[in-house]
Amino acid sequence: MKASNTLWKEHLAGKMPEDLGREVEIFDNEVALRKQGKMDERLFAETRLRRGVYGQRYDNGQRHDGAKVQEMKYPSGALTKGPSTMWDAPGMQRIKIPGGGLNAEQLETLAELAEEYSDGIAHVTTRQDFQLHYVHIEDTPTVMRRLAAAKITTREACGNSVRNVTACPYAGVCRDEVFDVTPYSRALSKFLLGHPDCQSFGRKFKPAFSGCAQHACGLTSLHDIGFIAVTRNENGIEKRGFDVYVGGGLGAVPYMAKRFDAFVPVEEALPLTQAVARVFARLGEKKNRSRARIKFLVQDLGIEKFKELVLEERKTLTPDTRWTQLISDAEKNVESPLREGGELALGGSEAYQRWLKSNTRPQRQAGYVVVTVALPLGDITANQLRSLADVVRRFTKETVRTTVEQNFVIRWVSQKDLPELYEALSAAHLADPGAGTIVDVVTCPGTDTCKLGISSSRGVAAELRKRLAERNFQSDEAVESLHIKISGCFNSCGQHHVGDLGFYGVSRKVGGYAVPHFQVVLGGEWENNAGSYGLPVVAIPSKNIPKVVTRLTGRYVEGRNKGESFKDFIKRIGKVELKNMLDDLVRPPAGDRSFFSDWGDPREYTLDDMGTGECAGEVVATVEFDLGAAEREVFEAQLAFENGQIELAGRTAYGAMLHGAKALVKLVDPTIAEDADQIVSEFRKFYFDTQKFYDPFAGGKFAQYLFDAHQKAGNPCTSDSSRYLIDEAQLFIDAAHSCYNKLGTTATV
Amino acid sequence: MDFQHVNVKFLVKNPEAVDLALLIPVFHRWIQGQVCEELLLDIADYSHVPEGPGILLIGHQADYSVDNRNGRLGVRYNRKAPFDGTNQDRLKQAACSALKALQRLEREAALGGKISFNAHDVELFINDRMLAPNREDTRRAFEPDFKALFDKLFRGTEYSLSYDTDPRRLLWLSARSSKTFSIAELISNLSS
Repeated sequence: MKASNTLWKEHLAGKMPEDLGREVEIFDNEVALRKQGKMDERLFAETRLRRGVYGQRYDNGQRHDGAKVQEMKYPSGALTKGPSTMWDAPGMQRIKIPGGGLNAEQLETLAELAEEYSDGIAHVTTRQDFQLHYVHIEDTPTVMRRLAAAKITTREACGNSVRNVTACPYAGVCRDEVFDVTPYSRALSKFLLGHPDCQSFGRKFKPAFSGCAQHACGLTSLHDIGFIAVTRNENGIEKRGFDVYVGGGLGAVPYMAKRFDAFVPVEEALPLTQAVARVFARLGEKKNRSRARIKFLVQDLGIEKFKELVLEERKTLTPDTRWTQLISDAEKNVESPLREGGELALGGSEAYQRWLKSNTRPQRQAGYVVVTVALPLGDITANQLRSLADVVRRFTKETVRTTVEQNFVIRWVSQKDLPELYEALSAAHLADPGAGTIVDVVTCPGTDTCKLGISSSRGVAAELRKRLAERNFQSDEAVESLHIKISGCFNSCGQHHVGDLGFYGVSRKVGGYAVPHFQVVLGGEWENNAGSYGLPVVAIPSKNIPKVVTRLTGRYVEGRNKGESFKDFIKRIGKVELKNMLDDLVRPPAGDRSFFSDWGDPREYTLDDMGTGECAGEVVATVEFDLGAAEREVFEAQLAFENGQIELAGRTAYGAMLHGAKALVKLVDPTIAEDADQIVSEFRKFYFDTQKFYDPFAGGKFAQYLFDAHQKAGNPCTSDSSRYLIDEAQLFIDAAHSCYNKLGTTATV
Repeated sequence: MDFQHVNVKFLVKNPEAVDLALLIPVFHRWIQGQVCEELLLDIADYSHVPEGPGILLIGHQADYSVDNRNGRLGVRYNRKAPFDGTNQDRLKQAACSALKALQRLEREAALGGKISFNAHDVELFINDRMLAPNREDTRRAFEPDFKALFDKLFRGTEYSLSYDTDPRRLLWLSARSSKTFSIAELISNLSS
């Protein structure tokens, strides 16, 4: 849409790395072909996604404006950029930043693009990427060209490809790391980019690197492949390697990665990943998208069989000099300081001291610290990006990285420069304290811009951030260090499973109206590379979430034992007590209509832009009651699981799904019997085959959970399978609520 | 030399009294009524970002916002789609659109008169570094266009112009009239 797009093409010709320039050229041609109607919309959608060009909310050309559904009359009319995705509808551009590593020029490029093509904001994601929102499809080739000229690519930032390779942002300067994983993560990123063995996956593939096992920075447990730095002594020589994990992933049902090998020599990291990729491409699910991640393949085969297949595959690989060459090349880029290290001067204002405490961390190199720039909701303005570029040039050799907590870290800052650096950051409003604390809430875009969002994760996150900053938990470090992670839906982009306090968006019908809710997820662990996943406890109306946080943190302050972590406290208190604590928050207060809209959005909340009236009033009460009962069963399954009653937990979770299905079947067949086969059969007939139970984006995935569980009903449960069943049951009940909402009368006033 | 993608921002009086959150329902109503010439699409809330874009009303051809970039709160019009005509036409179109939006906000009962023009200050940006890099030669080349706009807008009243000369930034200038103006007067000046 920019008048200068052609001029940029001419201006940047020959100024981009050849491979990146060629990639953009191909995409530019595809944009032109699609615009002329000479390229199929599905094919175009896949090609743009593989270049990080996403759709955004309302890009189907319809938007509920609070009173009615508006049809957006775009100038390009019915032209689409994918199925049900209007050409002119603004979209999102994701930008890959391997390991989060940037330089000042790249920060300035991002600033320019945010201003000229987006809304003035660059958003840091939970995968160390950037996202620009409200970008027109016809501007994306120019955005890519300008990025390529700064040696940044958007290639494979989305689609069924290898996503951004993440790495601990403290790698190389961390006091606790085994060794610096930076060169290996960079080498792997380069190696896999566009690799022919990675072009036919059924789903995305996410690698991560961590320098140690105990901290959270790499989050290897929740990755498709995770590398943790380890060493071992071989004949008196210390040898570097990785403790490798595969098959982790969040998504609707989170899977903890399984150990592949406790020691893989560093020079084997690339070929091993290639072999894993080839096995995934060959054997991974392709048709059923909801079971296409590698975690399902690892689960279905078992880690031993999977390992066997990968090692067999490894033997067949043609040796590639890049396996080691890329690492050697990356090792040459060693970071060093700009200024001499020094002692930290005493004194300074109270604000400076607060910032010093929460936003700086000593490096293992004496005299230097890492400074965290905490961004509100991961957002940074173009002016701030330029100021940050100035700061990193002035104080360091441009050693700056993004983090999975949606912040920046500036590395190699001399301690003696801290007062001056603080002033420089303050002038740019980049010196907010509280990095990595309870105030530093992590959130996905949610209903603001994401097509999948159910509740406003950014809205509630902004509200929590404001309230928590006012409360100031400095006096209680145990509370201050808690992590809040929020996702707008079950897909976990906000990593809610690994927060101390996690929330994900769901909807519930209350008094005939759709009300935005969040499931409260407790028991997750951020440390130990995302050491454990939390489970949903109860769904609470969105407007009551700040009260949930106040109550839970208050109870923790009052009732914790000495040195007790929040996770252990939650475990000790137990889910029954926790649920009781929140019981009065489950329903919106009578007559308070503010609960029918979401944070930061005054429109009456709707799950869907259009509803069809089918239900009679008296049936409504029954189905709501039945779904409530099914949800309680999921909770009972959780309790059984926590008590070690694995078999009972699995059976109860399955029972909850059956009862949820029955609640819906009763709407069309009130005489349905308590017979599992009949319930499943009728559910399939009335809701699955008719696609009434379909999620707009997940399709029939949640119904499939019931069918799978029913098919395996007689099989014994393992700890893993029981745990998965509980998550699946909760998602099935959430989907049943959504389905019921859609069946009901239009959910607006 | 032609430029496109003109941004015009009229600064508001008493910025500290403005509650950005109140703009969200107002902009939603604007979308409901499609009250502007552009196709209005969505709202982006960046009120949590200091000196940021504030609250944006995202449109197809242009965005409107109550914008706090550079720590100067104002009503901003950001023309995204190319606009036919001369540079003067483009400047006038953007200024008119920003003024009409500001006038509408001044009249919004829900805002209680908290948003009103400070009567003096206008900012102008060219949101395209290729067409208008922030360099001395570009500023010199475009200054007659800019002056023609402000001569008309301020109707011959004296005004001062100042540029931001950081080459990394958008071409940006600020105009301050020596006399006070109401929005209606400025709209009338541009139309005459």
